[in-house]
Amino acid sequence: MRNTLLGLVSRRLGASLLTLLMVSLVIFAITSLLPGDTAQQILGQFATPEQVAALREQLGLNQPAVVRYWHWLSGFVTGDLGQSASNGMAVAQLINDRLPNSLILAGITTVVSVPIAITMGVVAAMCRGGLVDRLLNLVTLSMVAVPEFLVATLAVLIFAVKLDWLPALSYVSTVSSLGDAMKIYAMPVLTLCCVLIAQMARMTRAALIDQLDSPYVEMAQLKGVPPIRRVMRHALPNAVGPIANAVALSLSYLLGGVIIVETIFNYPGIASLMVDAVSNRDLALVQACAMLFCGTYLVLVMMADVCAILSNPRLRNR
Amino acid sequence: MTRDNDTNRLVSPERSLQVYRAMQRGLSRRDAMKMLGVAGLLAAGASGLPGVGRALAADGDGAPKRGGRIRVAAHSASTKDSLDPAQGSTAIDYCRAFMFYNGLTQFDPGLRPQPCLAESFKTTDNGSHWVFVLRPDVTFHDGKPLTSADVVYSIMRHKDPAVGSKALSMVQQIDSVRALDKRRVEFNLSSPNIELPSILAVSHLVIVADGTQDFSKGNGTGAYKCQEFSPGVRSVGVRNENYWREGYPYLDAIEMVGIGDEPSRVNALLSGDVQMINNLSGNSAERIKQSDNGVLKATNSGNYTDLVMSFDQQPTSRPAFREAMKCLFDREQIKRVALRGYGEIANDQPIAPGTPYYFAGLPQREYDPERAAGLLKKAGVAGATVPLVASPAANYSQDMAVLLQQSAAAAGLKLNINRVPADGYWSNHWMKHPLGFGNINPRPTANILLSQFFLSSAAWNESGWKNAHFDQLVIAARGEPDEAKRKQMYADMQTIIHEDGGIGIPVFLSDLEGYDTRIGGMDRTVPLGSFMGYMFAEYVWWKG
Repeated sequence: MRNTLLGLVSRRLGASLLTLLMVSLVIFAITSLLPGDTAQQILGQFATPEQVAALREQLGLNQPAVVRYWHWLSGFVTGDLGQSASNGMAVAQLINDRLPNSLILAGITTVVSVPIAITMGVVAAMCRGGLVDRLLNLVTLSMVAVPEFLVATLAVLIFAVKLDWLPALSYVSTVSSLGDAMKIYAMPVLTLCCVLIAQMARMTRAALIDQLDSPYVEMAQLKGVPPIRRVMRHALPNAVGPIANAVALSLSYLLGGVIIVETIFNYPGIASLMVDAVSNRDLALVQACAMLFCGTYLVLVMMADVCAILSNPRLRNR
Repeated sequence: MTRDNDTNRLVSPERSLQVYRAMQRGLSRRDAMKMLGVAGLLAAGASGLPGVGRALAADGDGAPKRGGRIRVAAHSASTKDSLDPAQGSTAIDYCRAFMFYNGLTQFDPGLRPQPCLAESFKTTDNGSHWVFVLRPDVTFHDGKPLTSADVVYSIMRHKDPAVGSKALSMVQQIDSVRALDKRRVEFNLSSPNIELPSILAVSHLVIVADGTQDFSKGNGTGAYKCQEFSPGVRSVGVRNENYWREGYPYLDAIEMVGIGDEPSRVNALLSGDVQMINNLSGNSAERIKQSDNGVLKATNSGNYTDLVMSFDQQPTSRPAFREAMKCLFDREQIKRVALRGYGEIANDQPIAPGTPYYFAGLPQREYDPERAAGLLKKAGVAGATVPLVASPAANYSQDMAVLLQQSAAAAGLKLNINRVPADGYWSNHWMKHPLGFGNINPRPTANILLSQFFLSSAAWNESGWKNAHFDQLVIAARGEPDEAKRKQMYADMQTIIHEDGGIGIPVFLSDLEGYDTRIGGMDRTVPLGSFMGYMFAEYVWWKG
């Protein structure tokens, strides 16, 4: 078992490095294709040609693209993320300021959403076709259907503007007690949960139903195993693989995909940092963010696979 | 050119302070003189003089109070934000420049330059040679005293293209800046400019300490010290206890943040999370008007979105075509529909009503589709299809384009609207199409505006319009010491642009901002932009 796992992890890590390299190339190429360069974006509407030329020279934008890419890559592999072209700060510093915020938001959302989603999925699968299942189906489908910006905006209008219970913006800097933190995170987490719970619950339900339909569960039923035990002891362990994958996919969204929530609640996370970076054509920062998102995604998917292997004796002993 | 201090000696200190505060809030000097003359009358509660009553009514806010902390949300903030005043590019940067630094001069509500770090300034030869005398008692936040070397460094660094200064075009006319002694600085211009004190009042030209390379500390002489600055997230300024202007500022601290999403910005104000917001559309304005805890303020500062008709491309190079387009603006409709009434009708020339050199005698160009149809026939383009480029980058240009398209159809011209994204608009589309839109922010003086956007040699002469007579007038007006003659020159320039220029300006856009009812002092207006011409920090107080 250890060999299988080690083999898998090392093979995955190798493939991940290759993926990261390719992603960085693609991002570099696409960013270079965008109209305008860093110098023009910094100087804005009223730039003069001499200023643009001087700033290009200063930022090293006159060098050929290949050379610039090589500069970035050689820095990256030695752990130097470079400097932000738009404000001269170290990229590592900028990310360091924002990443904890993103991780906290993602963490809280995960802790809240995963148990709820899996419970909902399991309950729905057990009561398949019944009233509870149809009700849960209706709820999850409508949660998927309503876009998150609508959820967020409605939540702000109701809870912040009308009722005045919660702050409209999520400022981490003002947190001084647990109560404050709960107030600040209530609406962003609620919004994100709406999207995530629905996805995960539906995947859980589907994966579990797949197992419940299989002959071994029927056998257990005929032997007189009670329903709860049938699901928890027999079917669920076999459904862990697909469920873990669904959870990993949903969670990978929490780091880079929450731009709408960050914008509406003015939460200083890493997604808005990358949007800034792209609109400023700040290549080092764009690359660093892309590597971060891509890396997180790869790690999450790998963890899901490891979960699947550990939970499945057949895969474990192969 | 020095401030008239004589009146202060004739009255009690309290009265003097009262008049000074009233002037800060919009009282003109003439009204202030009247006020001093009728002090007794006013004390009795009668305020029969126009202007005086209103300025004093600001005391309805209560007397200014010290203390309090507010949070201000600007419409845009990104990692590009900088505390280097030279690189300021949006409202939040300009506000921070005036929080942490001071200029040699500063604008009053009438857009006249008043002494600031310079206690006096004068020109010896009608504008090409100036001497500024610095205040003696000013120190930077780090304790270093202000000297003339700081001024020399602060101004001359803008001339280095690598600094990336947004004010480069304004300082190009400054040949040299020389320190005469510790407190006196000499400016030598390449050609006379009577408006130099106004130029030195812009936020980019505030004074930094000699030799500063790292601006992240915001070390200036301003009313607030920079406590925290993280670009794109927030910045905190705390009261500078050693501020040279006695009694200012009122607030303990100001936090500046950016909220890009407009509905979020309004929600934040209405729920009390922020106390001041800018850059609102007509729709949001109504929301704030209807609320109990927000106040709406509209300022006409001369921001405009203009139709740019290139002289170098077809069919816009034909004079009849350009005139036809100007006749096709249904200005009333644009103001009512696109701006929801928050604007002012313009007349195809860039000087806004209410600014010092506005020429009111220029006949208004009316909406006239029949005349336009005739002109289009004369230009040989009747029935043709012409592309028109619009973008969210130029405020309201998409709405204007649609309205223009409708009125053009009535005159037999088909306009094809080509909508392009805001991202990269200024470097890739602006001034590159025969027919497109531009957006010009208010400039501090008429001459700067005309020099930057209408002079034949100007880098941002949007339409490529060249008029030798106009060029002469712009240059001559800079060196004309006689106010009346200068006014006439500006009137002529406005007429020339109105008749011959390559741009159509249908309306001036109002700056809409909202603030919490508990903020005092907001009736002071500097018509240069929102946030009191970006200088609110020193003048507002928290009523609690």
